[in-house]
Amino acid sequence: MRGNLRAPGIGLAAVLGGVLLLSLGLEAAGYDAPAALAALWDGAFGSWRAFTGATLLRATPLILIGLGFALALRGGALNIGAEGQFYAGAIAATWMGVHAAQWPGWVALPLVAGAGLAGGAFWMALPVILRLRFGVLEVISTLLLNFVAEALVSLMVQGPLQEPTGVYPQSAPIAMAARLPLLPGTRLHAGFLVALVAAAALSWIFARTWWGFRLRALGEGPRAAEVSGRVPAGRMVAMALFGSAALAGLAGAFEVSGVSYALYQNLSPGYGFTAIGVALLARLRPSAIVLTGVVFGALEAGAGAMQRDAGIPAVAVYVVEATIIIVVLLGQALARRGEGRASPVDAPDAVA
Amino acid sequence: MTLSLQNITKSFSAVRALAGVDLVLRPGEVHAVLGENGAGKSTLMRIANGLLRPDAGTISVDGVTTRFRSARDARRRGIGMVHQHSTAVPALSVMENIALAAGWPVAPAALRRRVEDLTARLSLPLDPSRPASHLSVALKQRLEIVKALASGARILLLDEPTAVLAPAEADELLGFVRGLARAGGAVVLITHKLDEALGVADRITVLRQGRVVRSALRPEFTAAELTTAMIGGEVAVAPRVRKSTDWPVLIRCDALEVARESGTGLRQASFSVRGGELVAVAGIEGNGQRELLRAVAGLRRPFRGLLEVSRPVAFIPEDRSTEGLIPSLTLTENVVLGVGRAASWIVGRRVRRVDWPAARRRTAELLARFGVRAAGSEAPAGSLSGGNQQKLLVARALERRPRVLVAENPTRGLDLQAAADIHARLRAAAAAGAAVLVYSNDLDEVVELGDRVLVAFEGVVAEAPAGADRQAIGAMLLGQEPPRAG
Repeated sequence: MRGNLRAPGIGLAAVLGGVLLLSLGLEAAGYDAPAALAALWDGAFGSWRAFTGATLLRATPLILIGLGFALALRGGALNIGAEGQFYAGAIAATWMGVHAAQWPGWVALPLVAGAGLAGGAFWMALPVILRLRFGVLEVISTLLLNFVAEALVSLMVQGPLQEPTGVYPQSAPIAMAARLPLLPGTRLHAGFLVALVAAAALSWIFARTWWGFRLRALGEGPRAAEVSGRVPAGRMVAMALFGSAALAGLAGAFEVSGVSYALYQNLSPGYGFTAIGVALLARLRPSAIVLTGVVFGALEAGAGAMQRDAGIPAVAVYVVEATIIIVVLLGQALARRGEGRASPVDAPDAVA
Repeated sequence: MTLSLQNITKSFSAVRALAGVDLVLRPGEVHAVLGENGAGKSTLMRIANGLLRPDAGTISVDGVTTRFRSARDARRRGIGMVHQHSTAVPALSVMENIALAAGWPVAPAALRRRVEDLTARLSLPLDPSRPASHLSVALKQRLEIVKALASGARILLLDEPTAVLAPAEADELLGFVRGLARAGGAVVLITHKLDEALGVADRITVLRQGRVVRSALRPEFTAAELTTAMIGGEVAVAPRVRKSTDWPVLIRCDALEVARESGTGLRQASFSVRGGELVAVAGIEGNGQRELLRAVAGLRRPFRGLLEVSRPVAFIPEDRSTEGLIPSLTLTENVVLGVGRAASWIVGRRVRRVDWPAARRRTAELLARFGVRAAGSEAPAGSLSGGNQQKLLVARALERRPRVLVAENPTRGLDLQAAADIHARLRAAAAAGAAVLVYSNDLDEVVELGDRVLVAFEGVVAEAPAGADRQAIGAMLLGQEPPRAG
């Protein structure tokens, strides 16, 4: 319980430490660090437009994927294939979107979102089968399928889904009806609200429902959950993994239907991996994932601005992200050692 | 060689485990150290063995004050410890394990001769080339003893050595211990069994709450005095309950076979248990009783044969902290997990939800009613002592209102009073109409607890004749015909 009170402090210290390290590095490399940080701040929080159209826009996939990662890990399964599931969802959503010209929005949008969910979940089918039938670790299978998904996107945008002129390696733009509405006065699409609802729903599932509780028990003590709780481990893990992948697929669908309006290679700047940090920093707590998702979204958004306005490569921001993750994980590990706990995560919101 | 521990004090954070304890181990003596769980027996042994350092007090060897820097240091100076659980490397052979412990060269031919010589001299026969993983529990223990003696131990510390043995095996071991002492060695026998201490020890030291209550030569003790010294009072014994024979059959199995988890598996079991009966199952580890209990509990699918069990079934696994409880979850959460979805705090029709406040209230009630000592229902289960964890498991199992209750080694590692509490609860469950099936590897417990006794040997379960005593059941454990009851 003390760890919960300390956690925000550790997080704040980690962010400040990361920023400090970044400025030292920039100074050492001969850049104007104050100007760079100012550009970073402006790009992320400088205006309402920047906050919504850059920070929250980038936070949306991070939150959705982070929630999915937490869902799987709560049940003891490690899905590090969100990048691939994101692309699988994006491909399915694009296909649905380019064929949606004749439909009204209230038909097209749910279909696009559903295609994203289904595409992501489909990408998890093989890892689930391999794990349940042959005991293959999902860490390995989901990771490897990332490469397959990226290759598949490349194939799609130069083949079946390529734009009609056949010149550019990208899909045709999706129909107007398949595009997510933007929140008034912003460039932020409605998918952000869906991410908030998903966080609230997941929080409720973990804290209040019988299913969510049994999933947590399975993650915390798999033998006891099976023997004393009669938890059907295989089925629960499969459900959690499919849910996890579906959320990543949904993030891919929203990226196509709310941001790019077409499928490209490199549509994701590594959201699937960054989101793992987002979820771990939040200690798998859904409400905290919204917060850490926004912080990382801000860093990603600020990185772009820094490159544009101060001429500093955007990758420099990864120093900050990495520092935050390392510092917080270290802080959690030390706190855990102090309390003699064996568990990698805290009890979720509300139940503690 | 005489090892003497004087005025030893040791605390773990706020808990004082030992307060000014004296213990002298003389050559030629078997010294029994008796005490309940938490009395400080194992802390004292860990200090004697160099695993722990005392906060205060002196250790001297042959009158010279010394310090053990590590277990290896103590071993080099002739102190060998035989733990309850095997410390052998499973993949290595018997002789390789001995060479590893004693630092002998591993050239196979020479090593084999050396090991054969030693085991013959000790009359503890062991096949030198057998992998340690293929040894029975009793032979693993024998290997531990040979390892310690091969490393030059002149003082042997034995931690509850007979807990895992059948009576005949235990007698053999105790005979060996006596022989070792006669030959000039010193042996410490940690135990909670009074008759063992009275049977083989030259000197008995009783610990209670970190202090020596009494230490004297064996003839000065009687069994009653020992009990009083150990627990500081009389043990409340649960009354036996009269059985009704016309209650319905709740467990029925016929020619039941269950695939093995370890050992032989279950090859043949035909019996039935009525409501109101408490049936105890005896068996040496790996003889099929584990598979039987888990099949009855619904955790393993029978391979062949008939098995009918009335529901609901509650199961108390022997491994409290990995199969029974989840240490990082709270007591309430553990209760909710184990009682299942029929509980009153599971609400909602379309989506089942947990009414946590109701579950917390009920858990607090259970803690009070079953005398579980805990810092409230929101304490993590890992913070409870073994005895309190076991009480919680029993409380949780009974909260399912089981018609069939299955328990594995329900009092393993518990002190006498806690064990008596658990026995009373199991008897009460039977008296209330449940069929109770209990496995224990403590033969005394089997005899004391069971209205009827089943014995598992090499996968075949047979019923002991009514009124069979410890010796008769002990013979059946080793596959011999029970002597005629007379």
